Amino acid sequence: MNIAVCIKEVPDTETRPKIQDDGRSIQKDNIKWIVNPYDEYAIELGLQLTEKNGGEVTIISFGPKTIESTIRSALAMGAHKAIRIEGPKDVADPLVTARALATVLKDKGFDLILFGKQAIDDDNAQIPQMISEALEIPGASVVVKFEINGESAVAEREIEGGKEKLSFTLPAVISCQKGLNEPRYRSLKGIMMSKKVPIEEVNVELTGENLIIEELQMPPQKQPGRIVGEGPDAVPELVRLLKEEAKVI
Amino acid sequence: MSNILVIYEIREKNIKKVSFEATTAANLLARQLSGKVSALLLGSNLGSLTDKPGVYGAEKVYTIDNPALEKHSPDVFAHLISETAKEIGATHIIMGATAMGKDIMPRVAFRLNCPLVQDIIGLEVQNNKVSYQRPIIAGKLRSRVSLQSEIQLATIRPNIFQAQENKVSSEVVALAKDLPTPRVIVEETLATGGGKLDVTEAEIIVSGGRGMQGPDNWHLIENLAKTLGAATGASRAVVDSGWREHGEQVGQTGKTVSPNLYIACGISGAIQHQAGMASSKYIVAINKDPEAPIFKLADYGIVGDVKEVLPKLNEEVAKVRGE
Ligand SMILES: Cc1cc2nc3c(=O)[nH]c(=O)nc-3n(C[C@H](O)[C@H](O)[C@H](O)COP(=O)(O)OP(=O)(O)OC[C@H]3O[C@@H](n4cnc5c(N)ncnc54)[C@H](O)[C@@H]3O)c2cc1C
Ligand SMILES: Nc1ncnc2c1ncn2[C@@H]1O[C@H](COP(=O)(O)O)[C@@H](O)[C@H]1O
Repeated sequence: MNIAVCIKEVPDTETRPKIQDDGRSIQKDNIKWIVNPYDEYAIELGLQLTEKNGGEVTIISFGPKTIESTIRSALAMGAHKAIRIEGPKDVADPLVTARALATVLKDKGFDLILFGKQAIDDDNAQIPQMISEALEIPGASVVVKFEINGESAVAEREIEGGKEKLSFTLPAVISCQKGLNEPRYRSLKGIMMSKKVPIEEVNVELTGENLIIEELQMPPQKQPGRIVGEGPDAVPELVRLLKEEAKVI
Repeated sequence: MSNILVIYEIREKNIKKVSFEATTAANLLARQLSGKVSALLLGSNLGSLTDKPGVYGAEKVYTIDNPALEKHSPDVFAHLISETAKEIGATHIIMGATAMGKDIMPRVAFRLNCPLVQDIIGLEVQNNKVSYQRPIIAGKLRSRVSLQSEIQLATIRPNIFQAQENKVSSEVVALAKDLPTPRVIVEETLATGGGKLDVTEAEIIVSGGRGMQGPDNWHLIENLAKTLGAATGASRAVVDSGWREHGEQVGQTGKTVSPNLYIACGISGAIQHQAGMASSKYIVAINKDPEAPIFKLADYGIVGDVKEVLPKLNEEVAKVRGE
């Protein structure tokens, strides 16, 4: 199988982001960059499928040269090849990223194109569905279970209060959710191997952005909370506050 | 003149509440952009469901009623929505940021070649320019964005815009549209947790963490949830330990919720957990450690053992609920 996994470099989940002086972007220094956690489920899925059926996993990422170390971190899980599509770090409009990725994905004959369900920095959850449209192939998003039988596939996606079972043929786009698998640890061997894999560089023409970030703000600070009391004795007062002050019960 | 199209979501023959919330958001836009609000209902045997959008302010109710639309197929729905938007000259398309909305709207955006802002929690109009507010980086920052496009697309986070009735006389227009062959077949919908209320849709959530000390104590959470008519949630530590299903997990790698009341029981309040619940209107924390980070976020806290506090809380809530 010929599998593409699209990954994004994002700030580590512990990051407390600071806003730059321009008021529209985040400060980039002192950030620990990681592979978007959902993308690791996608890499794991790709690796499991190629281990079973043969074939290769290609890591694809759109961004500047600085993302190379994150691409290598993805390769260290055991992927075979990598492509970096040259582009800026802060692209706000998902259509721009999706078109750039689609240009490269289009003629490569991938059987499966795997994604994370969303990037944990912009929280868009848009690119995978857009790629499914761009390539006019089936797409399943927020997938927690996936199986292939020959040319066709069955996926379960998470919905409110349950799951939806989908069937479709390959090639297809899948966006991966936690629960699908357990991403493997990067072995020392994997890390050593990843240093030797060449990262192919591709340039594509980018379209203009039509989604404009006007301003970033810190969320409104909550009033410091109130400890009502200790143990079960505090419960009547809590219930009174919830009923009379907050009016939520 | 703006023409704001609200995409209604129908599940199990019912309109999802977020569709009315989206209509309320659409009214807000329509007032300030001097426009009108329309609704689009896609489904099978819509019947009296078409009366509902008018109650919330939609003047036109477009319907595509077809047995094949009983279950949602993302590409078929995306096709019908983009075709309808073009046909009626929509200037804005709004849908709930639900599993269905978040899946379909990026497809519509691609088809129309117009950008989408996903999961908004606020709207503002200044000099006829709309700006959309949304949380980013798991709620650690807010972003205000504008769209430069012929049609602007947005999905709204459930439970943020309170649905307000705004009765107008509405006209139902049935659209005849050919359905394309679906690329994806929805074979079946599997309910988990016995069809219980989902955390993303609940007004109250009772959520348990590792401090609950094991699945055997979960009846304490469930009893209180039942008394309150609440959904039950869990921290990742609990889900990873296999005590609860992933569908209940709240947080960065779980669900994002904004209920009126979130009761965190034996949850420390790690930053990744906060990411999923910090936008709750009121937060209650019960934790035996007074230094637990959750208390910084909570409106009200009780320092104590969940095994002692929860039964008492259930008892007292039952009393006031019974009044
Ligand atoms: C990439 C990434 C993504 C993550 N995503 C999520 C996510 O989506 N959701 C999430 O929740 N976490 C997530 N986490 C994990 C997160 O960092 C924490 O580990 C997790 O939230 C801790 O869960 P907890 O509060 O239940 O457990 P703990 O941190 O162990 O806290 C248990 C709390 O219970 C209290 N306690 C113990 N006994 C009692 C008692 N008898 N009565 C009352 N209180 C008691 C303790 O004082 C403590 O505060 C993520 C982590 C990473 C790295
Ligand atoms: N710059 C990028 N390069 C490659 N893949 C990306 C990029 N941005 C997003 N993706 C992929 O698209 C998924 C969803 O991202 P998003 O729509 O931005 O939330 C991510 O989990 C990645 O798999």
